[in-house]
Amino acid sequence: MFVSVSILTLLAVTAIAIARMRDLWAAVMFTGIFSFLGASWMLILDAPDVAFTEAAVGAGISTFLMLGTLALAGKKEKPTTASPIVPLLVVGITGAALVYGTLDMPHFGDPAAPVQTRIEPGFVEKSQHDMHGLPNVVTALLASYRGYDTLGETAVIFTAGIAVLMILRRDPEDCDHRVTQKSASTEKKGRSS
Amino acid sequence: MSSDQFFGLYNYWIVVFLMMTGFYIVIARKNMIKTVIGLNIFQVSVVLLYITMGKVTGGTAPVIPPALAGQHDAHDQHDTHAAPSGHTPAANATAANETVDHGHADHVTELAHELAHELTHDATGDAIHGVTETAGVIYTNPLPSVLMLTAIVVGIATTAVALSLIVRISEDYGTIEEDEILQMDRRQ
Repeated sequence: MFVSVSILTLLAVTAIAIARMRDLWAAVMFTGIFSFLGASWMLILDAPDVAFTEAAVGAGISTFLMLGTLALAGKKEKPTTASPIVPLLVVGITGAALVYGTLDMPHFGDPAAPVQTRIEPGFVEKSQHDMHGLPNVVTALLASYRGYDTLGETAVIFTAGIAVLMILRRDPEDCDHRVTQKSASTEKKGRSS
Repeated sequence: MSSDQFFGLYNYWIVVFLMMTGFYIVIARKNMIKTVIGLNIFQVSVVLLYITMGKVTGGTAPVIPPALAGQHDAHDQHDTHAAPSGHTPAANATAANETVDHGHADHVTELAHELAHELTHDATGDAIHGVTETAGVIYTNPLPSVLMLTAIVVGIATTAVALSLIVRISEDYGTIEEDEILQMDRRQ
C-alpha cells in the first residue's frame, strides 16, 4: 500500500512538472521517468509483461526518438502569451465528467467485476491444455489466441517504419530544387532593395 | 462519499488526473514536441486504466508456477495416454522433472489450496467463481495485459511517425511552434 501510494504521488507530480516545464530536454527526460513509474505501478498490478514493454518501449525507445528529434529541431520551448484559463476549463470539465462516470464502476480488485466474469474466464486452464504447459498465459494469449491481432500490430509497425523513412528521405533532386528556389528568392530580395 | 467508495475508486481518479494532465499539455502548449509528450502521457494513463481494471484482490501475475505447470502437463499426458504420439521427448523430460520435484510440487499445491481457502472465505458467496482460478491459485486477468501490450507497441509506431513529421516541419519552416508556423502560412 505504501509503495503504491508513493508511486502514484510521484506519477502525479511528474505529470505536473512536465506540463509546467519550458526546457524540452528536461521534459523528455521526465517523460521517461513518468513511463518508468507507470511500469512500476503495472508491476504492482500483476502485469509484469506490460511493465517490461512499457519500460523498454515507453521509457527507452520513445525517449531515444524524442532526443533525436530535439537534436534536429531545437531544444527550447517558446514561452506562450496565451492565458491557460480556457484549456484549464476544458480539462476541468472533461475530468469532472470522467470522474462522474467512474462512480458506478466496479471497485478496485473486485473479483465479481464484469471484466473478470463476462468473457469466458477459462484462459488459464485452456492455455495450460492447449499450449502443453506454457507457464506464461499472457504469452499464450498474445501469440496464439490473439495471433491475428499481433500480426496486425506487426503490419502497423511496418507501415510506420516505411512512413518514417519516406517522410525523412532527402531526394537529391528535391534538395536541388529547394536550393534554387531559395537562391531565386534571395535574388529577388536583392533586386527589390 | 464513504471511505469504502474512495478506496474502491481511487485508481480510476488517479488515472483520470494523469489523463487530464496529458490532455492539458496537448491543448495548451503550442510546441509540437510538447504536444507529442502530452499524447504519450495520455497513452500511458489509458494503459494504466485497463491494467487496473484487470487486477483481482489477492491475485498474482498470470504466470503459472513451474510446479503447478508440471502437474498440469502430467494431467495432460493422462488425458492423451490413449493417443499413439503421446510420448514426445519434451513430455518425457517434463515427466522426469516432475518426479524429481514431486515433494516440492506437493508442498506448493498445499500452500496454494490454503490461500485459496482463505480467499474464498473472505469473498462474498459465489463471486469468486467468476475469477480465473487454477489449482487454487487466483490469477489476475491476462486479457487486459495482452490488449495493452499491443496498444503500447502501436503507440510507439505513431509517436515515431509524429516525430519524423516534426523533424520535417522544422526543416522547412525553421520552427516547431504552432503559432509561428500559422503566421508564416498566412503571410505567404
